[in-house]
Amino acid sequence: MSTATSAQAPAKSGRGTLYRGNEGMWSWVIHRITGVVIFFFLLVHVLDTSLVRVSPEAYNAVLGTYKNPLMAVGEVGLVGAIMFHAFNGLRIILVDFWKGGTKHHKAMLWTVVVLWVITLAAFAIRHLMLAFGGH
Amino acid sequence: MSATADSTIAAPRSGRIDPKYTRDRTKSGNFEMLTWLFMRLSGIVLVVLIFVHLFSNLMVGDGINGLDFGFVAGKWADPFWQFWDLALLWLAMLHGTNGVRTIINDYAERDGVRFWLKMVLYAATTVIIVLGTLVIFTFEPCLTDAAGNLLEASPAFCATP
Ligand code: HEM
Ligand code: HEM
Repeated sequence: MSTATSAQAPAKSGRGTLYRGNEGMWSWVIHRITGVVIFFFLLVHVLDTSLVRVSPEAYNAVLGTYKNPLMAVGEVGLVGAIMFHAFNGLRIILVDFWKGGTKHHKAMLWTVVVLWVITLAAFAIRHLMLAFGGH
Repeated sequence: MSATADSTIAAPRSGRIDPKYTRDRTKSGNFEMLTWLFMRLSGIVLVVLIFVHLFSNLMVGDGINGLDFGFVAGKWADPFWQFWDLALLWLAMLHGTNGVRTIINDYAERDGVRFWLKMVLYAATTVIIVLGTLVIFTFEPCLTDAAGNLLEASPAFCATP
């Protein structure tokens, strides 16, 4: 009776579940936001690449804007969004398909964070040195 | 006994919609299951496609400073990179479109709004996929003007016959 109905009813505060509050929810929020950001970038990116069909000058002109140091900082942000979405996406896939996935989901999230910091730092150093004129 | 009500996981729905689910349930069979599977399979492939795209365009050689029309001409002279970019275009667009479709379904509660947002999404997706595919396969490295002269900023190899 009461147990049967409460199985579908929201738990009191929802806290302490896999989804609400805590890391599980925040990783989902960030995954969702980064996914949308990458999607809108991709729409613009295909449009700017399509200028190769207009003329070399037109294409070189838009690519020139990508080389501006301020834009280079934005590119680090974009790549940061992609790296997080990619590593966290792989974690979601492991949670869904790997037997130990639900048990180790927290450890895997911290692995995602560590991998993300390392790859993004490496990318940022190389990219910003190139964009700001160093070698 | 150990499974108390508090330890059950709440249905993952917004408080405004839950507990009474009001949307129509006439949706067909396993389409949602197939898109769920597609998100995971395409995700795995996209990791490789995107990491290589970013690495070969931004990390090697002159990185961002090496990118220009001639760089694209060099890459797309090789069918390998044409098909690489084709796979990247289609998988990223379909994966992203399905993701945004989910988000629209989650937040747009009114039937009319939900319907039209998705129509705009599908229209944009179709335009971008068709345009991107045409661009890859109709690319012409040595463009000339009406008089037959090479356009300014053409890659150097165009001048040598
Ligand atoms: C780098 C490789 C990628 C991986 C491993 C990956 C993985 C995933 C996974 C596993 C999901 C969850 C699907 C679900 O919950 O059913 C997802 C959702 C999503 N992805 Fe990706 N993805 C990748 C790249 C991309 C790209 C390039 C875009 C944009 C064009 C994108 C946009 C989205 C969006 C908008 C969602 C929906 C988020 C939500 O429903 O909360 N992803 N991705
Ligand atoms: C700031 C980062 C990026 C830069 C500088 C960049 C640069 C380029 C360049 C130079 C091209 C021309 C062809 C080639 O090199 O293969 C290109 C094409 C392409 N890029 Fe990127 N890219 C970036 C990020 C991305 C991301 C994150 C995605 C996917 C989500 C992506 C998807 C594509 C696609 C699909 C094409 C082919 C476009 C078409 O069909 O016309 N790019 N990109």
